[in-house]
Formats: sequence, structure tokens, C-alpha cells
Amino acid sequence: METRNLSYVRDSMLPPEPAPDNSRSSAAWIRANLLATPKDVVFTLLAIVLLAYALPGIINWLFIQASWVGSDRSVCATVVQGGLQPNGWSGACWAFVEDRFAQFIFGRYPLDQRWRVLLTLGLFIALLAPMLIPKAPKKGLNALLLFVVFPVVAFFLLSGGFGLSHVETPLWGGLMVTLILSFVGIAVSLPLGILLALGRRSKMPVIKTICVVFIEVIRGVPLITVLFMANVMLPLFLPTGWTIDNFLRALVGVALFASAYMAEVIRGGLQAIPKGQTEGSESLGLSYWQTTRLIILPQAIKLVIPGIVNTFIGLFKDTSLVSIIGMFDLLGIVQLNFRDPSWISPVVPLTGLIFAGFMFWVFCFGMSRYSAFMERHLDTGHKR
Amino acid sequence: MTDHAINAPTRGRTLRSLVYDPKVRSLFFQIVTVVITAFFIIEIYHNVTTNLAQSNTASGYAFLGSRAGFDIGQSLIAYSSDSTYGRAIIVGLLNTLLIAACGIVTATIIGFVVGLGRLSKNWLIAKLCTVYVEVFRNIPPLLVIFFWYSGVLSTLPQPRDAIQAPFNIFLSNRGLTFPKPIWGEGSGLMVIGFVAAVLLSIAVSQWAKRRQMATGQQFPSGWTALGLIIGLPLIGFLAAGSPLTFDIPVEGRFNLSGGAVIAPEFVALYLALSFYTAAFIAEIIRAGIGGVAKGQSEASAALGLQPSQATRLVVVPQAMRIIIPPLTSQYLNLTKNSSLGIAIGFPDLVSTGGTTLNQTGQAVEVVAIWLVVYLTISITTSLFMNWFNAKMALVER
Repeated sequence: METRNLSYVRDSMLPPEPAPDNSRSSAAWIRANLLATPKDVVFTLLAIVLLAYALPGIINWLFIQASWVGSDRSVCATVVQGGLQPNGWSGACWAFVEDRFAQFIFGRYPLDQRWRVLLTLGLFIALLAPMLIPKAPKKGLNALLLFVVFPVVAFFLLSGGFGLSHVETPLWGGLMVTLILSFVGIAVSLPLGILLALGRRSKMPVIKTICVVFIEVIRGVPLITVLFMANVMLPLFLPTGWTIDNFLRALVGVALFASAYMAEVIRGGLQAIPKGQTEGSESLGLSYWQTTRLIILPQAIKLVIPGIVNTFIGLFKDTSLVSIIGMFDLLGIVQLNFRDPSWISPVVPLTGLIFAGFMFWVFCFGMSRYSAFMERHLDTGHKR
Repeated sequence: MTDHAINAPTRGRTLRSLVYDPKVRSLFFQIVTVVITAFFIIEIYHNVTTNLAQSNTASGYAFLGSRAGFDIGQSLIAYSSDSTYGRAIIVGLLNTLLIAACGIVTATIIGFVVGLGRLSKNWLIAKLCTVYVEVFRNIPPLLVIFFWYSGVLSTLPQPRDAIQAPFNIFLSNRGLTFPKPIWGEGSGLMVIGFVAAVLLSIAVSQWAKRRQMATGQQFPSGWTALGLIIGLPLIGFLAAGSPLTFDIPVEGRFNLSGGAVIAPEFVALYLALSFYTAAFIAEIIRAGIGGVAKGQSEASAALGLQPSQATRLVVVPQAMRIIIPPLTSQYLNLTKNSSLGIAIGFPDLVSTGGTTLNQTGQAVEVVAIWLVVYLTISITTSLFMNWFNAKMALVER
């Protein structure tokens, strides 16, 4: 079409006008977001009263009144309780966390061997970081190193062998145990969950039944009964004379529990993939495993990343339950320490729990943020 | 060539074609699976019987009838250390059901309030609710339980300096002591009044629904039901001559005497489960309401409904369809998480079962009881919620 030169048509865009004053000042923002209706005014006032009542007290307790340095309970107890603080004092006892920090991380791992834990942690971070950065190259090799080579190396580093002295698992503890349990749980539950989900959708009745029964039984009972089962039943199941390490029992329990939940998440993803995908790949001559590995799983897993990460977060939080069956993970070791006579004081348990809660929170919140990032990154735009 | 093509099917199945036949393959794999599973089961059975024989543990459920010998702090039915193991396990089961029922009610209420708060246009309220959800979703439930138990409740004063609240309610590190109602003769009238009120309310609401369908006139059946449910038992109470006295707790020299006590273990577990699960319920509510198309509330506004009416009559009923399935699994999670009470000594099913297991060594039997009970609770809840869900589901033309 021919374009004619019309003098009355503007040929360049006008610069946008700024929004009217009454909609962009901070007063306007407050009016729109805090005081829009009479009901909002009441709610805002209530919230401000609540914050004004609670926040100063919390900040005062956590930081201003807190006792930051000291080596025993005297800095965190009032004169009546046999300490140095004035009567009526209450504040966080960060001196306790500082004094026991190494225990919270390593448990009762021998002091002169702790470099082994740090080395393992360093290796783990060095392998995990490129795994998490989408642009880093050689994902396949990296995954192989992280999920196959690293566990073997870490096992010998932590428990001993090849000239390193043997450190028994009852000495392991603290954040280290929490991280090991979660890592193994994640590394086992994802592949096992995929297999169980595939099994549940299988056309072979025997395999389907086994998978359904496993998934539903595990999902129907609390983790603590699964851990009890692993703890008291596993030794019964083994031939007489065989023993199985307590730590390994907990690992088996946690991993099996997480795989049942993982299987249901993956199944949700598998169900969302249209049948045409399978039929299309079959018509191209791909085998069942090729179809699953190359066509179905990549699409299905991408769909359920939030669910998978939620299961990971659940698993990470659930590792705290091993403290009930007598192991000292982060929560267990904090609890053990606030019962220690040299630190007994009314404020110590609360401080220890706030510290442990913060550690758990950092890891879980980090995972959920990363999953939100991955979801945006992998979003190819075609929604089903 | 033609011969070959015609003869091929009649030559029978070669080994090669058998290997590639999906039916044969599937049969083969299933037989292999059955053989392996059977081998493991036989092996495990053999090992369990040998191990049990070596440790001289008798198998079977006879132990349920013998004397338990341990005390339980809180029990809904009469129980003493002379009662049987079977009764101890029932006490535990009732405690599990009690804490689950109480926790579900509170968690739902907090969850609804926080979930709606997160959707609020009020910035401050929305942010406060977001902080609540993000804090509680990302810490372990066990830690929340310890927070209430070791961090808060155990720092309360001794019973002799208990915090006194109105109506003779005392709060101390031994728990919450409150006046215990003692029902005198004639209290049955109240129960009859209550039952009658419930039945009448159902009848009234059905009649109101029919009338609205026929004439379009509304009837305040909600208020009527409220009036009936409060009024009829009250009339029964007054008619029987107010047969209610209280056993009021009195501050003694060292301890509180009289009244009823709710143990701190129960309070800690109840608060922890409510607050923890509420964060998840809030997210479900938010997703459910966000899942209702915006056109629905716009259309109800166009029809002249108030925003509150639009929410109550149009948005929430549709959101319920999205909310109910995940809400069910949160209720089940709460029930299962109540087993964490064992960490602070709340006598639930896992706790009393665990004590029984330690005393008798009947591991297989106790674990079997746990499995059966929890699976029954799960399946019953799922069935009920599936029925409820089917009732609420979209009826398509």
C-alpha cells in the first residue's frame, strides 16, 4: 500500500506524560495501599498497634538486652538464678551460641579431624555451585561428579579409610548430619521417585500393585513411624549376626519416605504430558526407555519443579526428626546443649531454638527462591 | 518371494519374535519381579522368626491384655498403670484424634485469616501475612513444638506464682488450670435441646433453600440456626434449674488444687501444629481464591452484589473446589505431625506404642498397629473428603 504524506498525522511519538501528581506521591501511595476504605484504616491501625507493641520488645530482647560474650551460664542468668545479670533481666543469650557454635556444626566429631568435614563441604560447594548456575558448562560431567564420585569420596573422607582414622557415626552431629541426611535423601529419592512413578503408571499389574502399595503405605503413616520401623525392624529383617549402623538406618528411613512423596509429585507431571508425545516418539521408533528419558521426563520434570523443590524442603525439615531416635542433627545437638548444666538458664533454650530455626529457615528459603528462579528460567512460554 | 510372504506368518513364532513381543516381555518382567519379591519376603520372614526365636520374644497380640505398668499424663478415658497395654494404646489413639481435631479447627481458622490477609489490598496486612507464611513454612514443625514447649511454656512461673487470668484461670509451667464444670442432675435436657436445635436448623435451612428456589425470597437461616443452637440448650439449662457448679482452682502453698488442667505438652503441641499447618493452609486458600477467574467477581459486581456478598456467594464456593483436595492432605499432614508429640512427651499413639514396644519388645506387632491405625485414619479422611469434594464439584451440563 502506498503511504501518503499526511501533514496532519504525527510521524513521531510524543514523550509520555508523567502520571498526575495525586497518583504518584507517597501520600497517594499510602492512601491507595493503606487507607483505601474505612475498613482498611481500621486494619492498618490495628497492624501498626500490633507492630508497635511487639517489634520494640522483640528487637530489645534479641539484640539490645542480649548477652553477647561469655563462657558459661553466669552471663545469661540473673543474680537470683546465680548469674551476673540484674534481677528481672531477660534477653537472648548469644554467648551460648558462640560458645557451642563448633558443636552445632560438627557435633562431637574429633577436633583434630574437623578439617575433613570442611574439605568435604568445600568439595560439595565447588561441585554444587556450577550445577546451580544455568550457564555453567558440562552439566553431565558435573552431575556425575556430584552424585556418583562425590558421595564415595565424602564417605571415605568423613568415616575414614585410606590412612584417615576411623570416625564412628555416633560422633557425627550438628548441621553436618542435617546436610548429609538431606543430600543423600535428595540424591536417592529423586531417581527412586521417578522409578516408582513410572511403575505406578505401568501397564504391568504386578509392578503397578507393588508401587501403589509402597507409595500409599509410606504416605499414609508419619515419618516418625517409618524411622522407628527402620530403627527396630531393619535389624530384625537381616540375617542373624548382621548389624546395621544407626546412621544408615535413619538414612534408609528418610530416603524411602521422601521417595514416596517424590513419586506422587513426578506422577502429577507425567499425567500432564499429552499422550501424543508418547505416540509421536513411538512412531519415530524410540524404545520405552528412550521415550521416557528423552521425551517424557524432561517435559514432566520441568512442569513439577516447584513440587520437587517443595519435597526437598520437606525432606530437609524432616531430617530434624532423627533427633527423636537418638541422633544429634542440628536441632538435636542444640537441644542437647541447652540441657548442659554449664549453660542452664531460662533464656538459653529460646536462644538456641531461634538460632536453629534461623539456620533451617535460611536453607529452606534459599531452596524455595532458587526454585522460583529456575521456574522463570525454564519457562518456555507455552503453557499447557 | 510371494511364497515367502505368504508362508511367513505360518512358520510359527521364532525365538527372536518372542523376545520382541511386548506381551511376552511384560509377562517375563512381572514373573521376575514376583520371584524376587517372594524371595525377599521369604528371606525376611525367615530372618524375623530366627531373630525373634533367638531373643525369646513371643509373637502375637497376647501382650495387649497384660498390665502396662506405666502412667499416662493425659487421658480421655479412665486409665491407670494397672490398665492393660491395649488400653494404653487406645488412650494414645484418642489423644491423637483429640489433638488432630483441635489442631485442624484452629489451623483452618488461622489459615483462612492469613490467606485472605495475603490477598488484601492493604499493603501492611498483606506483608505481615507474607512474613508469617514464609517464616512458618521454612522451619521444621518439631522446632515449632520445641519453641512453644521449651522456649515459651517452660519459662512460665511456678504454680505458686501462676499468672492469674479472669474467671479463675491460671497459667503456669504445669499447664493451664481452669474451673472444672460439674454437671448436676438434669443436664441431659441441655443435650436434648442441643440435638433438637441442630435437627431444627437443618430443617429450617432446607425449607429456606426450597422457598428461595421457588419464590426467590431469602430467609436468614444462618441467624435462625445460631439462635436455635444457643437458645434451646439455654432453655433446657434453665428448665432443669441451672444444674451447673464449678470446681474452682485454688492457689495452695506450692501448687494449685482443684479445677481441670490442660497439660503444657498438649498446649505446646496444639499451638505448634495450628501455627505450622496454618501457614500451608493460608497458601492453599490464596491459590484457591486466586484460581477463580476475575470475571466472576466483576460479573457479581455488575449484578449489584456487595463485595462481601460476591466473596461469600460467588468466589468462595468456586474456590472451594480448588481448595478442598490440598486442604485434605494438609489435615492428614497435621494428624501425622501430631506424632511429633513424642519428642515432648505428649502421650499420643506413637508415644504410648513406643513405650509398649520398649517394654515388651513386640516390635512387629506395635509397628503393625501403627500402620493399621494411621492408614485407617488416612483412608477414612480421604474417602470423606472425596465424597465432600464430589458434592462440591462443578456439575457440568
